[in-house]
Amino acid sequence: MKKISFLFKYSFLIILSALFIFPVAMVFINSFKSRFYINSEPFKIPFSDTFVGIENYVSGLESTGFFDAFLWSLFITVLSVASIVLFTAMTAYYITRIKNKFTSTLYYAFVFSMIVPFQMVMFTMSKITNTLGLDNPLGITLIYLGFGAGLSVFIFSGFIKGIPKSLEEAATIDGCSPVQTFFLVVFPILKPTAITVAILNTMWIWNDYLLPYLTIGNDYKTIPIAIQYLKGGYGSVDMGALMAMLTLAVIPVIIFYLICQKYIIQGVTAGAVKG
Amino acid sequence: MLKNPLKKYFWLFCLPTLLAFCIAFAIPFLSGIYLSFTSFTTVTNAKFVGLSNYIKAFSADADFINSLKFTVKFSAVSVISVNVIAFILATLLTKKLRGTNVFRTLFFMPNLIGGIVLGYIWQLIINGVLLPFGYTITSSANFGFWGLVALTNWQLIGYMMIIYIAGINNVPHDIIEAARVDGASNTRILFNIIIPSVMPSITICLFLTITNTFKIFDQNLALTAGAPSKATSMLALDIYNTFYGRVGYEGVGQAKAVVFFVIVAFVALLQLYFTRRKEAEQ
Repeated sequence: MKKISFLFKYSFLIILSALFIFPVAMVFINSFKSRFYINSEPFKIPFSDTFVGIENYVSGLESTGFFDAFLWSLFITVLSVASIVLFTAMTAYYITRIKNKFTSTLYYAFVFSMIVPFQMVMFTMSKITNTLGLDNPLGITLIYLGFGAGLSVFIFSGFIKGIPKSLEEAATIDGCSPVQTFFLVVFPILKPTAITVAILNTMWIWNDYLLPYLTIGNDYKTIPIAIQYLKGGYGSVDMGALMAMLTLAVIPVIIFYLICQKYIIQGVTAGAVKG
Repeated sequence: MLKNPLKKYFWLFCLPTLLAFCIAFAIPFLSGIYLSFTSFTTVTNAKFVGLSNYIKAFSADADFINSLKFTVKFSAVSVISVNVIAFILATLLTKKLRGTNVFRTLFFMPNLIGGIVLGYIWQLIINGVLLPFGYTITSSANFGFWGLVALTNWQLIGYMMIIYIAGINNVPHDIIEAARVDGASNTRILFNIIIPSVMPSITICLFLTITNTFKIFDQNLALTAGAPSKATSMLALDIYNTFYGRVGYEGVGQAKAVVFFVIVAFVALLQLYFTRRKEAEQ
């Protein structure tokens, strides 16, 4: 009896695993298939006349400018996440330690922003971004800081509340300025939380489509924008190039995941429990 | 008591975040509410029109109501299936089975792939499945609906599973042991001990799946883009199309966005209220 339930559980998990791998595996296989056969025989392994080697990758890289897109995605994500971690940690520290009407209003404003859907602000935000000349990869990091502030301040504040003040007071008595106290005493304690905040924001910003599309999409394409252009443009869609670019879009994510898996799982759990 | 010397450093600690917050969120949010009562094509030529945008949102055509119905239906089905499957997986993967880490890693992976990429991956799969029957995903709204449900399950199950696993691991082991010694069956342990003690995780997961599924945009755009006609348009996509697909309808789009915001906020608060009460009863 025990053996049967054991076998049953395992087969269930293995079947489900196959279902989880299947979509990505299909895209990978089709990326080596001639584009004329992808729609007509999507689940077949490419053979002699349907196999095209890396032809799809070559044409895809040419038509999408994928390398540029990769670099812009990287630039925007790294810079935005770095500024979110630094500035929201400082803000959370200030509004947790200095208690008055203004800082608690600020706190609630940040929390409130978390439940507002992007569509509510997308039109006005992209107009303001345009007017202020922030519609470039550097300017957009400021926009991400503003949007990421809600969740990040919330997570940092929750953690800072639990840090005993005595540490900071000791630092002050030893002659540290508030800036020194923050960077030398508080920020190092915040490291695990900073990793959580960084992971959650990386997952969001790397994959974000609409915000960069509306603000900088005409001049700078990130990976999601490049893929949407490939598919969403007029005329016939080059399915081969699409499969190749989807594969290239997934690979860095999987590598990042396998390297940082521990932190990602921890970050997601911590972020969710706080959120 | 001494004044905290930190107080003077507001400009350094808060100003950068506050400035960005105002530019990216606060000002767009407030002007968005204002613009929903005006007629405009750019922000500067707004003319006050009262409630007419809100009336138009519901009466000019059935798009908004249809996308609302579609979203509610989709969200209800996905929230249930994602949470049930994720919970089952979490209970299986907290037992002492070999290879649980490999399974966890695998099930979580799709969550990191972006919505646009996910949409096109699943378009290939669903079109492939429908191919022998001579259909594509845009042949019928039903295909788009279930396609979106499958995609969402694939994306969110792993995430929710991780949260449930954390919850289940926090259930004190000695209580379960004591119950077992007293002769409680596995089913009773599940319903009388495990589920009540992971109630906080259930709250979080329900909250996350409801808001996530309600706000889906990228996946919707990539998978069907609303086709056939607008039958598989969710709220976010309908709002986007009203803004950018029709000149002179920007105000209506903004009004729809305000309604969308109110719905999402209401659902979030309701959810929080109900589960908080349930937790307190335990």
